[in-house]
Amino acid sequence: MDVTLTVNGAQQTLQLDDPRVSLLDALRQRLDLTGTKKGCDHGQCGACTVIVNGRRINSCLTLAVMHDGDEITTIEGIGTPDNLAPLQRAFIKHDGFQCGYCTPGQIVSATAMLEELRQGWPSQLTGDLGAADLTDEEIRERMSGNICRCSCYPNIVDAIRDAAGETGSQAGGQPGARLAAEGAA
Amino acid sequence: MRQFDYSRAASPADAIGTDARIIAGGTNLLDLMKLQVETPDRLIDVNHVGLDRIERDGDGVRIGALVRNADCAADETVRRDWPLLSHAILAGASPQLRNRASTGGNLMQRTRCYYFYDLDAPCNKREPGSGCGAIGGINRIHAILGASESCIATYPGDMAVAMSALDAVVEVEGPNGRRDIPATEFHRLPGDTPERDNTLEPGEMILSVRLPAPLGGRHIYRKVRDRRSYAFALVSVAAVVAMDGGRMSNVRLAFGGVAHKPWRVPEAEALLEGQAPAPDLFDRAAEAVLDGARGQGHNDFKIPLLRRTLSAVLAEATEGAE
Ligand SMILES: Cc1cc2nc3c(=O)[nH]c(=O)nc-3n(C[C@H](O)[C@H](O)[C@H](O)COP(=O)(O)OP(=O)(O)OC[C@H]3O[C@@H](n4cnc5c(N)ncnc54)[C@H](O)[C@@H]3O)c2cc1C
Ligand code: SF4
Ligand code: FES
Ligand code: FES
Repeated sequence: MDVTLTVNGAQQTLQLDDPRVSLLDALRQRLDLTGTKKGCDHGQCGACTVIVNGRRINSCLTLAVMHDGDEITTIEGIGTPDNLAPLQRAFIKHDGFQCGYCTPGQIVSATAMLEELRQGWPSQLTGDLGAADLTDEEIRERMSGNICRCSCYPNIVDAIRDAAGETGSQAGGQPGARLAAEGAA
Repeated sequence: MRQFDYSRAASPADAIGTDARIIAGGTNLLDLMKLQVETPDRLIDVNHVGLDRIERDGDGVRIGALVRNADCAADETVRRDWPLLSHAILAGASPQLRNRASTGGNLMQRTRCYYFYDLDAPCNKREPGSGCGAIGGINRIHAILGASESCIATYPGDMAVAMSALDAVVEVEGPNGRRDIPATEFHRLPGDTPERDNTLEPGEMILSVRLPAPLGGRHIYRKVRDRRSYAFALVSVAAVVAMDGGRMSNVRLAFGGVAHKPWRVPEAEALLEGQAPAPDLFDRAAEAVLDGARGQGHNDFKIPLLRRTLSAVLAEATEGAE
């Protein structure tokens, strides 16, 4: 069966002989986008987080065939070594990793998380369910779907707070604009 | 994962009355298929059938079966009029999972009993007649209410606990037409057929969940678990309490993590209704909820935990209110 995906802005058609291929395996093994990591393969760690049609999801718990026609952003589409996204720069500046295995998932997840916050989504900490401020507690709660086995959490929170300050002021800039555009597509 | 045929449904009719297994978000079904706990021959993907809106229905709302958990929790109307539902959803899983998990799939999620997941262990739910590994085994997360000799599993979800408290109605359609199932009767007790989690019949599909008129009052969902986020409930309490001249009214209580279904005890609500809040009254309500409760060894702690969590929730719900 043919599955057409738009990955990081480029449309590609995959020929899948087996519907069992997860979106994660399709990205890593068929499209050579190995930035997205496989930690648990069961929705428990967040290493496989990608953005599909503007939403962060676990690519291990969804089938590639279910995404025919969808737009996907992976870590490779967030920034490149010569053109790092603010979150990527902030993770380096704040040493937000040790082994680095969870990092692509953390950065993709945080990219979408900041957009969710801009849209006024509540979290379980947002007592009155109104719009939330980006406190450290809110960052921790909203990033709870990304486990870091090296436990770099304090530095991850620092990095996200820093990057949010940078992007938050320029509404419509990276990365919110791209996500909003995908969401609308 | 076992081999299966995949097809995409264009409308609910394509998924109703077939022997194909519905896949929505896939966050529970694929997890179990990878372990071969679930081995469907055919999957029908319902992600493109619509049913993805929250619409007004008289004084209430109708939530489509494909509305994602994240969208339901963030919906303006749900946040304003049924905050209990938003709180319960936001207490479950992770943001990534809630972005994908659907309203229908969430209701249908299966137990997290370790033996159910372990193909080498006996489990009456997975393989009827094979026995129950949890009885006399490790049963810290298991039921204290409504369990049977065959199965002591719990329904693990949060959203359905709020829906039970809110008297929601699950709207389903099968080959013989549509029917309504009250949320309180959607899940069932295991009895001697634990392989059946709920009362949905083969060939039926969940179309939507209807919430009746808002109850007002304070809405609290308190979930006690091993870590603060991204963990299933050991015990959860969903409560709606309004205060009227210093007395409690419109009391609704439901409990998660303690039984094969969200647990609702009308007698406990009746004890509180029309009364002034007081600690000994909260204790009596807890006694009514725990009538017949029985620990299995490792989960004995859930009995005092439920009692204390309910007292704390009722104190919070009534504190400073008039
Ligand atoms: C790591 C992890 C942590 C989690 N933590 C929590 C938690 O704390 N609290 C909580 O409540 N949940 C939790 N979950 C469970 C999660 O909420 C469910 O996996 C999710 O809600 C299932 O929805 P889905 O759309 O992905 O269902 P699917 O996986 O697509 O389907 C699940 C079942 O529902 C059936 N189904 C789906 N839609 C319909 C329909 N419309 N009609 C009839 N049948 C249907 C399918 O056939 C299947 O049997 C967790 C999951 C994971 C992986
Ligand atoms: S408690 Fe139920 S699900 Fe768990 S092993 Fe026993 S029969 Fe299976
Ligand atoms: S690999 Fe997908 S959540 Fe762990
Ligand atoms: S940096 Fe090693 S797992 Fe997070």
